[in-house]
Amino acid sequence: MKRNLNIHINHITRVEGHGSIVLNVKAGRIEKLQWNILEAPRFFEAILRGKHFNQLQSITSRICGICSIGHSLASLKATEAALGVEISEQTVLLRRLALHGENMQSHILHVGYLAAPDLFGADSIIPLLKNEHKAVINIVRIHRLANSMSDLICGRTTHPLRFCVGGFTLLPTLKELQSLREELLNGIDTLRNAAESIQAEVHHLPDFSRETEYIALTAENLYALYEGSVASTDTGIHPLSEYLSLTNEYLLPHSTAKFTRHNRESYMVGALARFNINATQLGSLAKEIAARFDLTSPNYNPFMNTIAQLVEIADSMEDSIAIIDELLARGLEEEQPEVKIRPGRGIGALEVPRGILFHDYTIDEQGNCSQASCIIPTNQNNANIQKDMEALVPTIMNRPQKEIELTLEMLVRAYDPCISCSTHYLNVEFT
Amino acid sequence: MKPRVAVFDFASCEGCELQLFNLEEKFLDLIKIVDVVSFREGMKEHSDLYDIAVIDGSIMRPMDVERLKIIRKKAKTVVALGACACIGGVNKLRNQWTSENVRREVYGDANLEGNPLFDIFPARAVDEVVKVDYYVPGCPIDRAEFTKVITAVIMGREPRLPSYPVCVECKLRENQCVFELGMFCLGPITRAGCNAICPTHRKGCAGCRGFLEDANMDAFKDVLRKYKIPMDEWLKCFDMFNCKIKREK
Repeated sequence: MKRNLNIHINHITRVEGHGSIVLNVKAGRIEKLQWNILEAPRFFEAILRGKHFNQLQSITSRICGICSIGHSLASLKATEAALGVEISEQTVLLRRLALHGENMQSHILHVGYLAAPDLFGADSIIPLLKNEHKAVINIVRIHRLANSMSDLICGRTTHPLRFCVGGFTLLPTLKELQSLREELLNGIDTLRNAAESIQAEVHHLPDFSRETEYIALTAENLYALYEGSVASTDTGIHPLSEYLSLTNEYLLPHSTAKFTRHNRESYMVGALARFNINATQLGSLAKEIAARFDLTSPNYNPFMNTIAQLVEIADSMEDSIAIIDELLARGLEEEQPEVKIRPGRGIGALEVPRGILFHDYTIDEQGNCSQASCIIPTNQNNANIQKDMEALVPTIMNRPQKEIELTLEMLVRAYDPCISCSTHYLNVEFT
Repeated sequence: MKPRVAVFDFASCEGCELQLFNLEEKFLDLIKIVDVVSFREGMKEHSDLYDIAVIDGSIMRPMDVERLKIIRKKAKTVVALGACACIGGVNKLRNQWTSENVRREVYGDANLEGNPLFDIFPARAVDEVVKVDYYVPGCPIDRAEFTKVITAVIMGREPRLPSYPVCVECKLRENQCVFELGMFCLGPITRAGCNAICPTHRKGCAGCRGFLEDANMDAFKDVLRKYKIPMDEWLKCFDMFNCKIKREK
């Protein structure tokens, strides 16, 4: 069919930030297909210049309201690496717990509030809430559980308060950890029930595959989130110091967020990339959820990123229980982190909900930041979203316009872009 | 008919909007008393007919000014949500450099001349562009305070923010003063309403709710002298949400 399409989805909805999609088709030929980021740029890297090392975490936390814990931890890791600050095992355990809390919060927000309405045939979660849809009630419960975890470890859910260079300003009590453990145990069945409801509708996810390069942290003994080396499915394992040769940022005029490329035109980061690289290290609950959806590694369907997130929620719940057990067994000790100023450069990398995040700071003799660079997961996914759209559109071009629009929106949503992070917005245009 | 509420965002981390979802089950109560007719981060449904516009984020570009003015025209009531919207917040930190300087630092030598996406002016709070009726301050906002303000607006009452400093709430919580722990704190001059959340978790107040108009600066300076806080150090902390320096262009 020689059709004409002019689609402009301006400000794609149910994503974090402002982006748009433009698709122009004339007589069956794609004339323009573009993923645009329209977010107002916020210039964090410029803002950090001259700031004292103690302030960097509080400021960079404000890059993103959804993954403020991730940005805070990347910031602390970079600062600690630059200053040569050693942190205790206890601090690592508590930080891993905080990161799990955020991973659960952000993933369930995306799976449940942003992506699931497409599966349940609703425009948003609001009509589902009004009808007290069973799946949604379970989703809200998991969301609350994840937030209570962040409240306990970080002092609040958004923009953590208890983090500082070298450790924590305040610790939870063992009793509080014990009751969090109970809540997590109770949450497992809630998650199973939510997964069951989603499984019943998962056939609405488009069956589309495009193999690409996947990049994520990897570690020897655990499913890497807080630390590891950088792994690429194309080129193997790289030390962190080589990260710039992996990310290669570049700018396009239609986007205030930068794009990246490594071995080919684009690569993917996030839950599916981590799953493709590290699936064997998942715990039994996560494997059970993956099996429910027939998700096996490698999987090349970007729409399955949402399901990989659900699998990771299970893993975060299970690993959090294990971490709490370890903390309960060893007890908690108030620490006085020793921080001395010394000039240097430090790189902090970790896996945040949407993929691998890098902060890179140079600190001068006065303890002030002289240069900062932050490379954010959504920037790394931008080129892959574009390439996926280019492969997807020809396969759906003869479908009704509404369906094409919805499929493109769902594709972008599957990546769970965090556009504020990458700078903010999404539009789709059809003719 | 229920009041129609629309939520819009400009330059921000969207963490304040996230707090609406973080109301969890209470969000259900909220949608019983108002109709949410637009909320891009959370819903696809959109209507241009609304009574109350809730605005998250600072204003950075001429294209954002145009969008904001249209929203102001359509709304009966405008509520600024969070530090970025209320006082400019962290976005104003960049105002101490020229736009050209920060653009170059982040985007390098790329030619962005004439590209509206990158056409920025010094960051502004919402009320530096249009009239704001009510404020929900904080970074992020306090969820309970948001519910209080919205409920008051719906009931036709004037929402009132506390006119005393964070120190008052901190003392009521019987916290140890963070100055005693060697930290810097803006609690003595910052508007209360957060229940002194930062000092409670052993962090100095960073002033995210904005300074009181009648803050007792002399008493504050006495505190700084007492604890021997060096001027350059506290000036930097003073800046985080309340940067007053502005370079044009």
